Amino acid sequence: MIQTLKRAVLLTVMLWVILGLGFPLVMVGLGQLIFPWQANGSVVALGGRPVAARHVGQYFGNRLQYFWGRPSDTVSVATGKPQPYNAFNSAPSNYGPTNALLVKDVKARILRYLQTTPGLKASQIPLSLVESSGSGLDPDITVQSALIQVPRVAKYTGLSQASLRRLVTSQVLGPELGVFGPKRINVVLLNVALDQLRHH
Amino acid sequence: MTVSTIVSWAVVIGGLLLLLKPMGTYMYKVFTFQPTLLDRPLKPLENLIFRIIHVTRDSDMTAWEYGVSFVLTNMVWALMAYTLLRVQGALPFNPEHFSNVNAGLAFNTSASFTTNTNWQAYSGENTMSYFSQFAVLEFLQFVTPASGGAVGLAFIRGVSGRKLGNFFVDLTLLLTRVLLPLALIFGVAFVAAGVPDTLAPYLHLHTLAGQTQIVPRGPIAGWEAIEHLGQNGGGFTNANSANPLENPSAMTNVLQSIAMGLVPVAFFYMFGLFSGKKRLAWTLIAVAGTLFLAMLAMIYFPEAAGNPIINALGLHGHGNYVGTELQQGMGGTSIFETSTMSFTTGSVASAHDSFLPIPGLAVFLGMFLNMVFGGKGVGLMNMLMFVILTIFLMGLMVGRTPEFLGKKIEAKEVSLTAIAFLLHPLLILAGSALAVSTSAGMAGVFNAGPQGLSEILYGFTSGAANNGSAFGGLGASLPFYEVAIGITMIIGRYASVVVMLLVGESLLQKKAVPETSGTMRTDTPLFWGILLGSVVVLNALTFFPIMALGPLAEHYLLVAHHLFS
Repeated sequence: MIQTLKRAVLLTVMLWVILGLGFPLVMVGLGQLIFPWQANGSVVALGGRPVAARHVGQYFGNRLQYFWGRPSDTVSVATGKPQPYNAFNSAPSNYGPTNALLVKDVKARILRYLQTTPGLKASQIPLSLVESSGSGLDPDITVQSALIQVPRVAKYTGLSQASLRRLVTSQVLGPELGVFGPKRINVVLLNVALDQLRHH
Repeated sequence: MTVSTIVSWAVVIGGLLLLLKPMGTYMYKVFTFQPTLLDRPLKPLENLIFRIIHVTRDSDMTAWEYGVSFVLTNMVWALMAYTLLRVQGALPFNPEHFSNVNAGLAFNTSASFTTNTNWQAYSGENTMSYFSQFAVLEFLQFVTPASGGAVGLAFIRGVSGRKLGNFFVDLTLLLTRVLLPLALIFGVAFVAAGVPDTLAPYLHLHTLAGQTQIVPRGPIAGWEAIEHLGQNGGGFTNANSANPLENPSAMTNVLQSIAMGLVPVAFFYMFGLFSGKKRLAWTLIAVAGTLFLAMLAMIYFPEAAGNPIINALGLHGHGNYVGTELQQGMGGTSIFETSTMSFTTGSVASAHDSFLPIPGLAVFLGMFLNMVFGGKGVGLMNMLMFVILTIFLMGLMVGRTPEFLGKKIEAKEVSLTAIAFLLHPLLILAGSALAVSTSAGMAGVFNAGPQGLSEILYGFTSGAANNGSAFGGLGASLPFYEVAIGITMIIGRYASVVVMLLVGESLLQKKAVPETSGTMRTDTPLFWGILLGSVVVLNALTFFPIMALGPLAEHYLLVAHHLFS
């Protein structure tokens, strides 16, 4: 027993050096060497200023002149109050399928779109645009989700609907390698492009 | 069904099918000490390790010695993890200045990661320092699945009529020859696809809409590689693989699904090589594969059809998107969740609590069975446990002494196997019963109605099956659950493993009886059907009542558009 314990401890120390320190640090080194942009969080800059991480969504729901992403149910760590797109505390709503709050939230989100977007009908709103994501950080929306927001964005930016529709079309991503995952639009990148269009 | 769904399923399932033979053959060579490509770079290092701990490659242990080495080594890891988490505030690589982990959480987390469960009662991105993440938890994600795999190896050797081998040698070789090389390959692929891997502090961004956003970074890509290759499933962040920082694209989603299955499936093939019964191995692969496909269908089709209550609102399209990430698509989400529940990884790419009831039933199924390939080695042991039970039942039906791999299955083996089988439902149902009958347990419920019962049940099932995923609404950080699920994980891991090791040794010590025309064949389509049937029946008898109160009740209430507030 003592002999076995001694072996266990010795082996643990050696394995820890190889796997607990060696592997992670080698991986950091490889990442920094071969793919430094990705390894450091895929930071997107606008006018030389870092404004976003490529894969992490941001909250736009408080600004009518931006395209909105999917709903996010993340909360503040300190207060427990809603703080959408809080990447410091990724989380879903965890609402079950028969939870009344789920239906209440979805209805409220539909209403907000109908009230802010001229000429929009409920039957045009994609489900994924009013149901919140698993991380609360989903950067993507469907193409339809972006197109239905064009009238609102046009109204509040003064840009023409035609130019906004062209902008949306130019931002369509995927499917990856032509086959993996659906066609989609990264809302953060779309809004970066929107800002560039407005300031030209 | 979309093209992207079909392609993602075909790539994961086809990939695993293509790789199982080369991977299984390679592992067979490693563990029968035949020369392989990696001998040259790795042998000197391994020899040094073996010299320091005074073991030789061909040394041997009894089942008892093997089991004791397994448990003692795990205890060393748990103590080490507990201690390091408790003093994390004083350790290096802590750019966000997180304080020491409290005692209850440190117990739960070290028990969880040491038992390869990876149940998480905390949010990684706002609790754990980089040091705790990579030098404590990621380290455990390497060694603990390897130790489970080592026990699986010993069991395979035992039932194949070979000496059990040496725990320390098997553990080391599983790490140096299998997990480490694979982790390097997958890790680099994940960085390329956009998973961060850095020691730099979190990003503080001033967003377009004028807010401040803190974006966590860290050594994530390497973590993702071993999290999935080891069927660990502990997320770097709270949302796990639903978080685009951990699983940024449909490609990484497919790669992570493959990574989970690679070694467990290869274990099945390796068993065929060790026992010389390749057809039996393929029969077992077919049984697990059938259950895998059934779970996939049970998850995909209801999710793609959507929630009837929401559908009634008349929006565009259909499907349940609550708690899912768009870039993976329904097909990607369903193959990931099927993989994580089959291979008992427990990482999630969507929120299980927000699944519709039938997909919820499917994820329960994965944990109840615990042998749809399962974790490496351990899943195979559970499968062989069902094989022994099935052969016993067949023997009863035709009135013959049952035999398996040329050894008679007698009272001792059947009793031990029955103990191993019954332990699982006992842990799950007793734990859940305790929770629903105490106010401390009921305090953790988030969703009202049957879903609330499912949340509790899921927690204990996840602990007993060493899966680690959750119906996330459950208040896992309440002291009651930290302790109760912590204990469940420990018993679930060690008791059944030790029992099955004893079965392996007992079979090893028996005299082989020659196969005759009267021997019941275990490598035919008929046996596939009987084994599948008895797996389903045994589990249905055990779990149907509680499923009727949870997901099934939820399903019928949902169809009736009933809401709980």
